Amino acid sequence: MNAPASIPTTAAAKLPAIREQFPTLAQTVHGKPLVYLDNAATTQKPWCVINAIAAYYEHDNSNVHRGVHALSQRATAACEAVRDKVRAFVNAAEPAEILFTSGTTEAINLVASSYGANAVGSGDEIVISTLEHHSNIVPWQLLCERSGAILRVIPISDDGDLDLDAYRGLLNKRTRLVAVGHVCNALGTVNPIHEIIDLAHGNGTPVLVDGAQAIPHMPVDVQALDCDFYAFSGHKVYGPTGIGVLYGKRRLLDAMPPYQGGGDMISSVRFEGTTYNELPYKFEAGTPNIAGAVGLGTAVDFLQTHLPEFIPLEAALMEYAESALAAVDGVTIVGAPQQRVGALSFLIDNVHPHDIGTVVDLQGIAIRAGHHCAQPLMERLGLASTARVSFGIYNTTADIDRLTAAIPEVVRIFG
Amino acid sequence: MLDLAELYQEVILDHNKSPRNFGPMTPPPTHQAEGYNPLCGDRFTVYVRLNDDVIEEIRFEGHGCAISKASASMMTEALQGMGREQAEAMFAEIHDMLTGKRKLDALDTDKLDKLVVLSGVCEFPVRVKCATLAWHAVHSAINTQGPVTTE
Repeated sequence: MNAPASIPTTAAAKLPAIREQFPTLAQTVHGKPLVYLDNAATTQKPWCVINAIAAYYEHDNSNVHRGVHALSQRATAACEAVRDKVRAFVNAAEPAEILFTSGTTEAINLVASSYGANAVGSGDEIVISTLEHHSNIVPWQLLCERSGAILRVIPISDDGDLDLDAYRGLLNKRTRLVAVGHVCNALGTVNPIHEIIDLAHGNGTPVLVDGAQAIPHMPVDVQALDCDFYAFSGHKVYGPTGIGVLYGKRRLLDAMPPYQGGGDMISSVRFEGTTYNELPYKFEAGTPNIAGAVGLGTAVDFLQTHLPEFIPLEAALMEYAESALAAVDGVTIVGAPQQRVGALSFLIDNVHPHDIGTVVDLQGIAIRAGHHCAQPLMERLGLASTARVSFGIYNTTADIDRLTAAIPEVVRIFG
Repeated sequence: MLDLAELYQEVILDHNKSPRNFGPMTPPPTHQAEGYNPLCGDRFTVYVRLNDDVIEEIRFEGHGCAISKASASMMTEALQGMGREQAEAMFAEIHDMLTGKRKLDALDTDKLDKLVVLSGVCEFPVRVKCATLAWHAVHSAINTQGPVTTE
């Protein structure tokens, strides 16, 4: 298949050099060169990230905020430098508004637990949407069980877009928080997040944005968005697993009780009572994932370097994938949101997605098959599961061609 | 190297396309249980009419991948007319085959008959739960009547 003219040629010409930076990509799987199209689950890691983690353990390993010795000071400085790097990356007002967590899931749980403890009571309401990942559903269900609050859900259209009129109708004087994804992990829907935030603020309600699927694909400016919380994971932006970020406005974070107790989150402990540390340490109990933070810092540098060229390239790749897949006999693309980024779900007539996944895996192609941790969305769409491709900075039109070339075999076996 | 034809044998593809004993049971079953795999959303209900501890009729319905559906379909053919104890012994045998705990030469392949075509599944660890789903359900149905999962 010929590449459409819309593929930006200068950026595409750099792809071989980018791919060389990812050691995992240079392997064969089941005897075929690997095509990795499961980036919404996790991205591969470039040498710079792998080397930064190794270098930290080789040279600077020690605990942070505890030692007067040189290594501890180096580790502390490295950690805090990453905090400020992340602050600049999302344009937060100050480093203290950047909390390290284990990932998006923990970031959301932190808000549900700490913000929920003070601000959410019986009869109050939390608004989420049909497009959410389980990690932006279950923490709120747990909060509702604890507090007697009620969970409200923004419905979607058949195309996979949020119903903003219905959303307006859900906001009321009992709405204590709106928690929505920036980009849907199953359909790739880009939500009109500015409008969602503006409407909530018009109602006096703060907004948490689950940015796990947005941060790898677009610049995010938390002050321009004026969101109250923004959560994302390191491992979806070419960083290591086990590190993520919660941005929160200082005013809200200051008013929230600690999430977990332990070392580092206190300024003094007496059996009669404990004084908590200041932001951000109030929310970072115990030894943090220091090597993870170091890796995240390097990953943020890497992403920022390549994002400007990746954005138009990925838009063209998505367009290419949509038309190439739709052109294959028996393939249906799931949803038609107004704006889609990162992920594309599809079905093949009479073939279960797991069987698609297994057949293409034997061709060396890694895709996701399943409910994508979005069971309520699947139920709304009347599906048990889908097959999903999702893009990273190293994907090419040749990757899509490999996938579309493998599908006739799937149809032949099961059709 | 893994071989697709080992996993998706003709018999399996046939049962996937035309599942046997598929659909509700009339008169109603004496025992039933749901098999659910939360990982992929596959869900089957297995209906059993036990008469004097013999499986007089067995049917299933629901949705799942080719492996889970074919395994369920072949199971209904294999267990029809079996005593409860025989069925339990068959469950144990199949379970060992699918999980790779026992190789084919250590199993009673005469008794397993057509079901040996499912033995390729043990080379695909993530698909083992698909193949065992309906078997767990029938095991539960004739024992506890509760819903089961393969998790």
